[in-house]
Amino acid sequence: MHLRTNLVISVLMVVVTTLLLGVVYPLLVTGLAQALFPDRANGQLIYRAGRLVGSRLLGQPFSSPGYFRSRPSAAGPAGYDAAASGGTNLGPTNAALVDAVRARADAARLENPGIPVPIDLVTSSASGLDPHISPAAAAFQVPRVARERGVADAVLRQFVVEFTTPRDLGFLGEPRVNVLLLNLALDERYPAWGSSSPANR
Amino acid sequence: MTAHGWAQIVVFLGAVLLLTKPLGLYLTRVFDRRRTWLDPLARPVERLLYRLTRVDETHEMRWTEYASAMLLFSLVSFIVLYAILRLQAWQPSGNPQALGPVPPFLAFNTAVSFTTNTNWQAYGGESTVSYLTQMAGLAYQNFMSAAAGIALAVAFVRGIARRESATLGNFWVDLTRASLWVLLPLCLAGSLVLVSQGVVQNLKPYDRAVLIDPQTVTTTDGTGRETKTEVTRQVIAQGPVASQEIIKELGTNGGGFFNANSSHPFENPTPLTNLLEMIAIFAIPAGLVYMLGELTGSRKHGWTVWAAMAFLFLAGVTTAYWAEAQGNPLLAADQQPSALAPGGNMEGKEVRFGIPASVLFATVTTDASCGAVNAMHDSFTPLGGMVPLVNIMLGEVIFGGVGAGLYGMLGFIILAVFIAGLMVGRTPEYLGKKIEAYDVQMSMLAVLIFPLTVLLFSAISVISPSFGTSSISNPGPHGLTQILYAFVSAAGNNGSAFAGLGANTPWYNVALGFAMLAGRFLFIVPMLAVAGNLAGKKRVPPSPGTFPVTTPLFAVLLVSVVLIVGALTFFPALSLGPILEHLMMGQGRTF
Repeated sequence: MHLRTNLVISVLMVVVTTLLLGVVYPLLVTGLAQALFPDRANGQLIYRAGRLVGSRLLGQPFSSPGYFRSRPSAAGPAGYDAAASGGTNLGPTNAALVDAVRARADAARLENPGIPVPIDLVTSSASGLDPHISPAAAAFQVPRVARERGVADAVLRQFVVEFTTPRDLGFLGEPRVNVLLLNLALDERYPAWGSSSPANR
Repeated sequence: MTAHGWAQIVVFLGAVLLLTKPLGLYLTRVFDRRRTWLDPLARPVERLLYRLTRVDETHEMRWTEYASAMLLFSLVSFIVLYAILRLQAWQPSGNPQALGPVPPFLAFNTAVSFTTNTNWQAYGGESTVSYLTQMAGLAYQNFMSAAAGIALAVAFVRGIARRESATLGNFWVDLTRASLWVLLPLCLAGSLVLVSQGVVQNLKPYDRAVLIDPQTVTTTDGTGRETKTEVTRQVIAQGPVASQEIIKELGTNGGGFFNANSSHPFENPTPLTNLLEMIAIFAIPAGLVYMLGELTGSRKHGWTVWAAMAFLFLAGVTTAYWAEAQGNPLLAADQQPSALAPGGNMEGKEVRFGIPASVLFATVTTDASCGAVNAMHDSFTPLGGMVPLVNIMLGEVIFGGVGAGLYGMLGFIILAVFIAGLMVGRTPEYLGKKIEAYDVQMSMLAVLIFPLTVLLFSAISVISPSFGTSSISNPGPHGLTQILYAFVSAAGNNGSAFAGLGANTPWYNVALGFAMLAGRFLFIVPMLAVAGNLAGKKRVPPSPGTFPVTTPLFAVLLVSVVLIVGALTFFPALSLGPILEHLMMGQGRTF
């Protein structure tokens, strides 16, 4: 039999190909990526006044009423922990899911009675880092944010439209609004708002 | 269900269709050792590699040596990966977060998982494994377990194509050529395309961002006392993601760099990257089906098998799309799709993908033995979640894993021609080879290993409250589905999960580890035995009694065999899991 020969080859093969495919290949790709697309290869980080405030690709938690809120998140205790990604993994008939969604929807209805609550606003994403909400979920929050910021509804609605990304190539995925970018722009364009602003706490 | 949704499904399948022939022809040339345009670059590397590893590239192997070389290679790979995981804390560089050693049971499970092309993950990537472990341990195995799968499929096709031959080729040559000619060049190009669309690729430590809106988290301890914690920062995990992301899909591996896998925006930032990643999953399996036709001299047979696979794919994606777009009647919110909202069951799904791109991904990843996910299957509706489960139960032969899908389907093809032979009362033939008792016995053995493994381990788990059902996170019928899915995924070498199941326990780490080993190697060895046996046979000319394998009738028969074997085996379990849950959901029951 060729057992001994093939065992020796196995060991040598693992060593040599690990160097090629496990070290040279990823380092080569890293070098090329950093040279060709430095911003994208590093996570499209956003800086304000020299401080890192997030990534264009990752969502953040917002609870102050003057901000548009992100979707609920199962990543970390405060949500949106970008070092602990993940979903709730609650099943469709799990009472914990059904009750949580009902509580969130009830709370949302209080603030905006009579308008249907978009499903994405009250359910958790797969990654726990979903940077987006649907245009409907953004529109749903316009009255609250407009009131807090002292801006006319119609003006804010137009502002949200400017931050709406259409489907890729016209048919891929869904239209969406990046909550972090929207809120950052909101702070720049309409900075004055009430005592609940985090800046005044 | 929307027009945009259907357009995505049609464009996806169309792209796979267009890639099938050129990739198939290329694969044929590579494994026939004919000249390709890549030879000036790859051939010198290949020669150097053989010199360093003492491979004699002219040596031909019988099926027994081919199998033992593959088994030895997998064994050495397992030992090395286990060592890398256990010794992680002592890595000289590439571990900026200073992550410690991976615990023994978890390291065993993970090492088995990646060397069997399963990529089941009982760990969270960003919190458990270092950059060096990801690159040199996990991503490396993504390459080699996929290359080994391709090699085995090539050997099997040679078994059909060769006449009166004692040998099936050389495992080391097939393994090397699959890496150098197929996987590496596609990955180099593909990873840069992904980076250009936003997939990260760096070696820096995790970033720390300042939250715009700091959060106060209230936690209650055992005595009911409340503690408030202020969260002011967002830690952003980074890493060499793109280089691993592309081989994870092309090699139908599926192990995510991050815990959230391809739903993480750094792995899959846009609907466009999502489409590219799905195409990458099906590309090589579809090309291998064309290669089957090309190498055996019956292109029409290749396309007939392709059509049977495409039919099963469309049936799956339609069912899942319907179920998820219907939504969950228990959720008290607006689930109507519109121009402004995705609608449907959005729990565990990303807004940028919505329903269609999520169910398409779920179908593709389980048709193939990939196991990457862009949505959480555990949170799918009962019937929507049953589709990925059934896809794996059918043996992942709908294009299937790289290599594994083709040799799995060849097992079913042998059964189909055998059944056709019984019906017309003649010795069955397949592409000029008589199919005899030994071939059918071995194929049947291979086909039966999978349900045996799944049902045995699942049964032990569901009757064991202390270590089995204690890991269930969703009570009621869904809990059974969680356990069933875990063993189906492991034995099918898929790697996706109903991820709520707490699988990082000694029992699940070890039991799932053995399910993965059985699902891969106890399947491969009998299939190689069939290949070796077929290679030695004479070619018989077709006669009026030959059942043609190039007709729509054959495609129908093949689909029926796949469905009957899968459905009969697992229907009782399915009816107690997802089907029961669906009925109870309709009645408004929660658990």
